[in-house]
Amino acid sequence: MSRVSAAAAFCATLKRDLLISIKRRNEVLNPFMFFLIVVSLFPLGISPEGAMLRQIAAGVIWIAVLLASMLSMDSLYRSDYEDGSLEQLLLSSQPLYLLVFAKNIAHWLVSGLPVIVVSPLLAYMLSLPAAGYPALVLSLLLGVPVVGMVGSIAVALTVGLGSRGLILAVIAVPMSVPVLIFGTLAVQNSLAGASPVGYLALLGAMLAAAASLAPVATAAALRIALHG
Amino acid sequence: MIENPQHSSPLFEVRELSCEREGHVLFRKLGFSLDRGEILQVRGSNGAGKTSLLRIVCGLDGSHQGELRWQGVPLASCIDDFHSELLYIGHRLGVNQALTPLENLRWSCRLHDRVGDGEIRDALAELGLASHENLPCRSLSAGQQQRVSLARLLLRDAPLWALDEPFASLDAAGIALLEKLLLRHSRSGGAAMVTTHHVLGIPCLRVLTLGLPQ
Repeated sequence: MSRVSAAAAFCATLKRDLLISIKRRNEVLNPFMFFLIVVSLFPLGISPEGAMLRQIAAGVIWIAVLLASMLSMDSLYRSDYEDGSLEQLLLSSQPLYLLVFAKNIAHWLVSGLPVIVVSPLLAYMLSLPAAGYPALVLSLLLGVPVVGMVGSIAVALTVGLGSRGLILAVIAVPMSVPVLIFGTLAVQNSLAGASPVGYLALLGAMLAAAASLAPVATAAALRIALHG
Repeated sequence: MIENPQHSSPLFEVRELSCEREGHVLFRKLGFSLDRGEILQVRGSNGAGKTSLLRIVCGLDGSHQGELRWQGVPLASCIDDFHSELLYIGHRLGVNQALTPLENLRWSCRLHDRVGDGEIRDALAELGLASHENLPCRSLSAGQQQRVSLARLLLRDAPLWALDEPFASLDAAGIALLEKLLLRHSRSGGAAMVTTHHVLGIPCLRVLTLGLPQ
């Protein structure tokens, strides 16, 4: 038997997490359904008038994405913690941040990507003008992984707590606020005829920072949580 | 695994290890060493700190004082090398309930070694799970899930085993099988730390009892 490379361990972890998501479809579907329900309640609750809706469309979609991410993240490391898989992950001789990154990517593929894919449809329902679509989709593509990876730090910190309730949201939401602000501003800007590129560039910078730093922080947080 | 004459120091060594939990002393100034071919049984009453000791040895628990050495090198400076040579099975088995035994082992073994599906199937067959390899683990009994995690003993090439209550839910045949695996491991030059109350049918067994008045 020969030792595996870091890349092979990365792929094994990615495959495993995707497989678990396929087998636990309900857990994956819940946040997605939550997202659809929250967004579709706005025209009913506020006003079906296009003029009103198009002003709040970007904000509504971004807030619903943020809340759906919180919901989906709750289970990110919990079952691994409870069944002991997290201990096995920590005892791997491969770099933990790399394996954490694989888990982040798997989580984004099953919970982030579907939300982004349906977002133009919901934007249409909220009468978002055509000029806003590229900025909305691009801002979500750049911003949702940031929310996921930053939230993953908070999940890792609270994984050992029995009933964490709202602690996760209290830690993760403030860290995600800049993403929300720049995401909605990018859409508002393009609706006003200005270029959204500046805000998208900021989101891109945040994504680069999150992708390189958040897995390291998550790995450290997981060690702290298990050393408890 | 052939004994390397360069290493005059024991495979694993613990010096002056103390651990406290919420003001309660679990053990103080504990010292022992483990050499190739040795099997150490850790005994002690409930709450004596057997699991804590095992987790500290594996580097999963930082709340302790004392020195841990792997082949003479302090554990902190060789932790990655140590982890690639360590196989830990805790009382949380590391078996995902939604995955099948085959999928579980594929992941937990491929974190360390290049293991083919054929080898995993052979290991599952040796543990009597040949007909269960494609069922989700949640439909298996506690003893069968224990066997799934024990299949890693056959699949990993690790000189040091740390097993926390591995006999807990095994039947008589499972106990005999695990004793056989431990014996085979020790004969091929491996070392093992096992926490259990079970009376092991292994010759030359070393016993460490925690919680005795010192």
